[in-house]
Amino acid sequence: MGLLYSAPATLVILVLFLVPLVLAFWMSLNDWPLIGPHEFNAPDNYVAIGQNKLFLDSIGFTVKYTVVMTVIFIVVGLGLALLVQNARPGVGLFRTAFLLPTAVGLASSSLLFYALYNNDFGPLDDILRALGIVQGQADFLGTPDAAFLSTVVMVTWRFAGFNMIILLTGLQAIPVEVYEAARTDGAGWWKTLWHVTLPLLKPTIVLILVLGVTGSLLAFEPFYVLTAGGPSNSTVTMVIAMFREAFTLFDLGHAAAIAMVLLVVLVAINAAQLFFFRDKEAKR
Amino acid sequence: MTALATRATTRRRIGAGAFYSTSVVLAVLFLAPLVWSFFTSIYGSRATGGNPGFGGDNYARLVEYGEGLWTYTWNSIVVSVVAVLGTLIVSVLGGYAFARYSFPGKNLIFLGALAFLMIPHPTILVPLYTMLTWVGLQNSLVSVGLVIVMFELPFALFMMRNAFEALPKELEEAALLDGNTSFGALRRILLRAVTPAMVTVGMFAFLAAWNEFLTPLIFLTQGDSFTLPVALVSLRSGEMGTIDLGALQAGIVVTAVPCLLIFILLQRHYVRGFTAGAVRG
Repeated sequence: MGLLYSAPATLVILVLFLVPLVLAFWMSLNDWPLIGPHEFNAPDNYVAIGQNKLFLDSIGFTVKYTVVMTVIFIVVGLGLALLVQNARPGVGLFRTAFLLPTAVGLASSSLLFYALYNNDFGPLDDILRALGIVQGQADFLGTPDAAFLSTVVMVTWRFAGFNMIILLTGLQAIPVEVYEAARTDGAGWWKTLWHVTLPLLKPTIVLILVLGVTGSLLAFEPFYVLTAGGPSNSTVTMVIAMFREAFTLFDLGHAAAIAMVLLVVLVAINAAQLFFFRDKEAKR
Repeated sequence: MTALATRATTRRRIGAGAFYSTSVVLAVLFLAPLVWSFFTSIYGSRATGGNPGFGGDNYARLVEYGEGLWTYTWNSIVVSVVAVLGTLIVSVLGGYAFARYSFPGKNLIFLGALAFLMIPHPTILVPLYTMLTWVGLQNSLVSVGLVIVMFELPFALFMMRNAFEALPKELEEAALLDGNTSFGALRRILLRAVTPAMVTVGMFAFLAAWNEFLTPLIFLTQGDSFTLPVALVSLRSGEMGTIDLGALQAGIVVTAVPCLLIFILLQRHYVRGFTAGAVRG
């Protein structure tokens, strides 16, 4: 009976996960054009990665983006969670306000900010000029640094509430007695945060770290839609490089090889993060 | 009032002042882009054909864009319905099996689902596209919906298994004593008890399906099969002429409003998704 009930799940996992995974590996061993017959050519696709300048350049950029985003996710998420953790009149409305961008799709968010960053259409350059932050004509997507910063702002807006709600769940799992004990010991706000809250929040922060690193390393929509990889390929992420290989250059074998590299790197990073933090936890 | 109590009150008042001023400023920052998008979709020269004031021209041009707004909306609805129904059927049956039965391969299947959390979605999308071309289903909206069922499955299975495990065994024993078959008991008695978890799972599946971009971008090659996000991005890249930012705003509003409404109505269920199963990846 249990076998019967779990059959649909088994079927989905088999057809939509395991078979494609095996096929991805097989494709990476073949010269596999989008249309036409394929031919075994291993390890050419993997060797070719070493000459793929677009992909190689995208690694450094993606890592930089991942580091910046993950730090922002933890700091901003924690700040928001601490702000709205206590029951006060109206606190629910603020939580909803911070969380609302999460309901908007990443592609739609990218389009929204694309329009915001357009000087003829969006009000942002006028506001920044009025505040004296920029002089003259603002260019939000025109230089590599500006495009990077503009994307970071958009992604922060979209995901801050998501990280807030995970950290809030962690904060509210900390028993009140712990805080009372800290107050009895005469610990101030900073001391309590540093020595009581953060250590107890560590499992939740590790979760944000894992989600942030995984999501950012695989970033696609923000740079595909908002910056279109530009200016002059300065904001191409690893997944965009893979996508171009497959669907602009029609070399599915090479794209599959990049996908396998991504897979190995991601599994290794996730395993390392979980192992590293669990190990420390056990020693304490 | 003693000096100590006065000081404590003052501090609390400062705390409240700081809380409300910070929160209001932040709330404005978070809400401003959404409000601006809605406002510019109905106001300004592009919305009125040059006259000052409010108008619906942006929406009129959006309705006419490409294959037509209704085509794209309908495609998004098809993908979302397949994804939500598929995720619910697979995860309710599977969750029940994992919570109540032991059978060969049980742990292996459950671990298989959880292992998917570690897999980058792009890794399986290229081979899936190849598999679809073998069976001639490249432009099938149903296949996009089914792939999203797989994306949602780890979280949904985990969520539904926990929901069924939390139910008292007496509930189904009583149902079985009343002469129900196992499936009858599941359908009549247990489903009502796990409805909150199903709402959470269904909501996550809808938001994921409605907003998914990379999968339909890869799978759907014909304009008349595009979903809303894919159609809007093609509008942004000016594939069909110049970039019409006014119509784009209208399109963002049309795409975002269903999600925002569902989110506001079911926010409690969304938050529960994090408290009950913090395994989402």
